[in-house]
Amino acid sequence: MIGLNHYLLLGTALFGIGVYGVFAKRNAIAVLMSVELMLNAVNVNFVAINRFLQPDAALGQLFAIFVIVVAAAEVSVGLALIISIYRQRQSVNLNDFNLMKW
Amino acid sequence: MQDLMSLIWLIPVLPFLAFASIGLLLHRWPRLSAAVSIAAIGASFLLSLLVAIEIFGGDPGRVFEMSVRWLEMPGLKVDMGILVDPLTAVMLLVVTTVALLVQVYSLGYMEGDPGWASYFSYQSIFAGSMLGLVVANNFGQLFVFWELVGMCSYLLIGFWFGKPSARDAAIKAFVTNRIGDFGFLLGILFLAVVFGTLDFGQLAALIPAYHNLAVLLPVAILLFFGPVGKSAQFPLHVWLPDAMEGPTPVSALIHAATMVAAGVYLIARAFFIFSQVPQAMLLIALVGGFTALFAASIALVQNDIKRILAYSTLSQLGYMVMAMGVGAMTAGMFHLMTHAFFKSLLFLAAGSVIHTLHGEQDIWKMGGLARKMPITTWTFVIGALALAGIPPLAGFWSKDEILLGAYAGGYTGLYLLGSLVAFMTAFYMFRLIFTAFFGGNKGGEHAHESAPVMTGPLVILAVLSVVAGLVGSPLTGNYFGHYISVPGVAHHPANPVIMSVSSLLALAGIGLAWLIYQKQSVQAEDLRQRWSPLYELLRHKFYIDEFYAWLGKTFVDSGARALEWIDLKLVNGAVNGLAYLTGWSGRTLRYIVNGQVQSYAIWVVFGVALLLATALMTVFTVLV
Repeated sequence: MIGLNHYLLLGTALFGIGVYGVFAKRNAIAVLMSVELMLNAVNVNFVAINRFLQPDAALGQLFAIFVIVVAAAEVSVGLALIISIYRQRQSVNLNDFNLMKW
Repeated sequence: MQDLMSLIWLIPVLPFLAFASIGLLLHRWPRLSAAVSIAAIGASFLLSLLVAIEIFGGDPGRVFEMSVRWLEMPGLKVDMGILVDPLTAVMLLVVTTVALLVQVYSLGYMEGDPGWASYFSYQSIFAGSMLGLVVANNFGQLFVFWELVGMCSYLLIGFWFGKPSARDAAIKAFVTNRIGDFGFLLGILFLAVVFGTLDFGQLAALIPAYHNLAVLLPVAILLFFGPVGKSAQFPLHVWLPDAMEGPTPVSALIHAATMVAAGVYLIARAFFIFSQVPQAMLLIALVGGFTALFAASIALVQNDIKRILAYSTLSQLGYMVMAMGVGAMTAGMFHLMTHAFFKSLLFLAAGSVIHTLHGEQDIWKMGGLARKMPITTWTFVIGALALAGIPPLAGFWSKDEILLGAYAGGYTGLYLLGSLVAFMTAFYMFRLIFTAFFGGNKGGEHAHESAPVMTGPLVILAVLSVVAGLVGSPLTGNYFGHYISVPGVAHHPANPVIMSVSSLLALAGIGLAWLIYQKQSVQAEDLRQRWSPLYELLRHKFYIDEFYAWLGKTFVDSGARALEWIDLKLVNGAVNGLAYLTGWSGRTLRYIVNGQVQSYAIWVVFGVALLLATALMTVFTVLV
């Protein structure tokens, strides 16, 4: 029987993978994808908690939809930034973006 | 009466106006500057004369006072005002007379000096400050003018600032006075704290009813610091002989009318405080007596004509202070007045000699001047006779009053000391006269009598030196003492024995000088050899200057070195250390800022995790 804990473990695992990707990936697009992964981990938690703890109200599912909308907007802005920076520096490697270094 | 008195404020203000107008407008026209300066002091003199006639024609107890509020704070009110009583009137007259004559004389003495205009502007502000000091009706105002007088003396002593010695003398006078003024200021503050007023009239009413000697004694001693500095009493006397570096008319002014007179005047003005404290009176008497003897002994061996006169001034100031200390305030003020006339005469006559000899001041390089400059010589002799106390000249009457006061007050030791000083005074003055004015000619072939603009003041002062003593003599029924006296203190009747003894001592001093320096029946050189250690001691002025230099070198310099070390090592070390620490932490921490957004994100996550852990721990602790 799959219960709430399984969903929460899935969400934690997805979030951990997303955090790792944000810290470790050097490709800006991969970092953006990792951020999406973290957002989806949160979505899984929202929906699972809604389903198991408050089945009558659809609040968690509604919130997940909001997150998906915001994530779509965020991705479009993020990709626009990455394209713009690629045009400037011919690279999407984060190691090359060190203008704010001491 | 009221009309005249409402003009009194002009007496000090006119010279100040002259100073301001010369300094701001007229300094390009030296002749005009001098004319303005002399006109201002002349007008002050006329006003002072009218005031003196008014005051000394009337009732002795009459006092004119007017004032406006200057500053007010909780516990203290200070006025700016004018107080005219007989004491003020006599000072006004003395100061304006001497200042006027000195300025007229300066027309001749300072002829052709490039600093002519500024010289006269300084003379004006000097006289104005002294007049402001004299008319002040409270200690606050008096202190302001007291300091102005000190500043003017600095300017005038250092007038020939091209000479290093003049610069040094000016600084020495200023610094030495500062030491005395510091004590004086403390005394004034003490008075303000204890009594809440600085007004002479109010203090004079409050203090006799105030019997706490533990407060009055320090107040009196601190106030006495002022006169010790200004009137050059031992141990702050060192500035006065060096002040001879200034132009000679300035010396006359400083030594007679302004500056040194301020200290004695202050004791007379604040006599109601000093007279309440017998210990302070004794201290004043002893300091004065010691200064009188000490300075007279140094004057015996000096060779510079102005320095002999300077030490003579010190000695006579000691006389005045001693008179105050033994309670003979009348005698002290009387001597201040007569001394002002004959000492300014002596200085101006000495200036006349120096002028004609092109700056020569060594009495051994003069000689035989009597034939070439008779007016200067004979006025100088009159001044010296007055100083020596030969009857019936001015100095005789006033010196006699002081000796009488000391004797009648029970200070027999000080009386004997005063008589000894009278003998020494006569001796050193006539040593100077016989050497410089009579005897063989030792240089100065081209000496000639000075211009009338210089000899005129000499003659006027000579006349005053002869007659000024009469106002306080028994011949006029002690007119002076009726007006200037301490209430409740009876005047002692003249004592013929004291009079004749002091006159005989003065004559003996003159006779001894005549034997040694004129007739040369005793060789001065033999005496010098026989008393060699004493001679050396006197010639080096008791090594006081050397002692002060040693004190400065030992204590001030080592203190300065210690402070320098503290400043360089501790203070600078702390400041530099802080700067280095800041720099070091910046250099170290900058490695965190590597430009990698991801590493910043790691720091953020760590921070959040830490905060979260702390929050959870707290919740956990509360729950358990």
